[in-house]
Amino acid sequence: MDWFLIFSNALAAAVGLETVIFALAAIGLNVHFGYTGLLNFGQAGFLAVAGYGLAICVATFQLPTLVGVAVGLLGAVVLALLLGAPTLRLRADYLAIVTIAAAEIVRLVFRSVTLSEYTGGSDGLGRFAEGFYSINPISPGSYGLGPLDFNERQTWVLSVGWTLVGLSCLLVFLLMRSPWGRVLKAIREDEDAVRSLGKNVYGYKLQSLVLGGVLGSLAGFMTAWGNAVVQPDNFSTETTFYAYTIVILGGAARVFGPVVGAAIFWALLSFTDNALNQAKSAGYIPEALLSTVQVGQVRLMLVGLGLMALMIFRPQGLFGDRRELALDAR
Amino acid sequence: MPADLTKSERAVSPTRYKDAAMQALAGVDPVPGAKKPDPILVADGVTRRFGGLTAVDVDHVEIQRGSITALIGPNGAGKSTFFNLLTGFDKPDDGTWTFNGVSLSGVPPHRVARRGMVRTFQLTKALSRLTVMQNMLLGATGQKGESFLRAIFPPIWRAQERANTARAEELLGRFRLDTKRDDFAGTMSGGQRKLLEMARALMVGPEMVMLDEPMAGVNPALTQSLLGHVKSLREEGMTVLFVEHDMDMVRDISDWVLVMAQGRIIAEGPPEQIMANEAVIDAYLGGHHDAPLDAPEDAPLRDEASSRRKDPEATR
Repeated sequence: MDWFLIFSNALAAAVGLETVIFALAAIGLNVHFGYTGLLNFGQAGFLAVAGYGLAICVATFQLPTLVGVAVGLLGAVVLALLLGAPTLRLRADYLAIVTIAAAEIVRLVFRSVTLSEYTGGSDGLGRFAEGFYSINPISPGSYGLGPLDFNERQTWVLSVGWTLVGLSCLLVFLLMRSPWGRVLKAIREDEDAVRSLGKNVYGYKLQSLVLGGVLGSLAGFMTAWGNAVVQPDNFSTETTFYAYTIVILGGAARVFGPVVGAAIFWALLSFTDNALNQAKSAGYIPEALLSTVQVGQVRLMLVGLGLMALMIFRPQGLFGDRRELALDAR
Repeated sequence: MPADLTKSERAVSPTRYKDAAMQALAGVDPVPGAKKPDPILVADGVTRRFGGLTAVDVDHVEIQRGSITALIGPNGAGKSTFFNLLTGFDKPDDGTWTFNGVSLSGVPPHRVARRGMVRTFQLTKALSRLTVMQNMLLGATGQKGESFLRAIFPPIWRAQERANTARAEELLGRFRLDTKRDDFAGTMSGGQRKLLEMARALMVGPEMVMLDEPMAGVNPALTQSLLGHVKSLREEGMTVLFVEHDMDMVRDISDWVLVMAQGRIIAEGPPEQIMANEAVIDAYLGGHHDAPLDAPEDAPLRDEASSRRKDPEATR
């Protein structure tokens, strides 16, 4: 077994495209769930609207990339208002139901045969990322540190992605130590108390939903550019649940929780995948016990086991504060 | 206004507002719906039905400015529902009410609070995973840093935040919570949470404070201190309306008492007079005023209670 390869692959995954995408999605979700206590189960919908907004503008209508980005951002804001306006006055669980359904509606609309002229149906859209790569200032070559090795396109995507992650974290940090963030956290604890103190709870929840949705839309852009193609199944409910896993893994309501959570989540998946495959090819695991096609499922089981252990022994996540968790019973 | 009172004035007359309230209410006829000389809150025909049950059906009620008014009545009388209606947390089927002469019908709860009528809750709502200081700061109104765009630039709101913190510290000191400043509110005892909730409500700078069972679940030692705080609200010129079950407390601090039963105001008057009101005593202030007196399953309990009353030695 090549342990060096296993670890360097895990390290590459920890800084790779998937980590960037899910860090951004989880930062947005952290604003919703971690800080405001909103149960948004449709984060994938925000990614889809942004990714497709960009791709349709550029690939279908030959508009400039910047217009595509603007349309994607606007789409995320509109989706947030559409979801929030009717549900945020109601009890928290209604938002959960509406968001999970809305995200599926968004995905199925982009997947539909009727609209395939614009969206490419289940095959998705390509040929829209040239605008993004054409402004790549990095000259062709190989870049990396230690075992990491990326070509100029990957380096460009990751530089932009990690810059966005950094800026998003900075924004969340600034907001959450302000009186505005204090109101959000108070709403998470008890919205009636916040109302009784003269704050417009509905307005704050709507702002939170829009902010988290826009942060999620950045993940949508990175999905589109990073893969140079958008497909409806990139934005399935699985995406939302991975993002939730990452938020809880890192520790909810912590600025860097989602980033570290995403890095660990994808590094773990890569590690178990590589380790299992190598153990198989080295003959440590007989074919009868575990076939090659089963490796993909088993690695998820192992990661799931790890997450269960985390929840049992460190329920507050990596960055969380156990004292806060003990206060949960009101 | 309380701000007009200098310290020396207060020292001369520590019960200035109590005396004023007593004087104002002295000439008021003790009948349900009585007119008050200077009402801050006037409600008319407020009804709230839950299906076939009429929870609140108040014809007319006025609350005298600067007084402490108690709202009493058995469980299920509709006191808390009436509170919720007045503060915008629930919508009535019918009725109007005005605060300082301005209608509050259909006004959402946060606007009610901003107009100067702030409530607390029967089940204390401390914001557990916020510190005591953060709880307090949340109460301050007109914060620049509470708008999304300005929040990103601390220089805009830092000075205001500092002023609010100073005011919060003063209030915490008054309520003896200053040592708890940086603890999570969730770590505090039930009584301390009641204190915090009251102090937090004062951060809003209210004209009228609505306390929903401020003494529920508070130990006797703390009750005394809470009583003192409620009285001091009146001495600062605030109007207090509170729901309470404890008759000793009602007698001790209230200037006026409203009695509610089955959604209606059935009696009102000064506490001594209400205590002497036969109907009220029979219905609500008996040894067992927390439960319907005709409940057959309570009969053994009532018998026991009355036999103990006859023989005080038996309770020892």
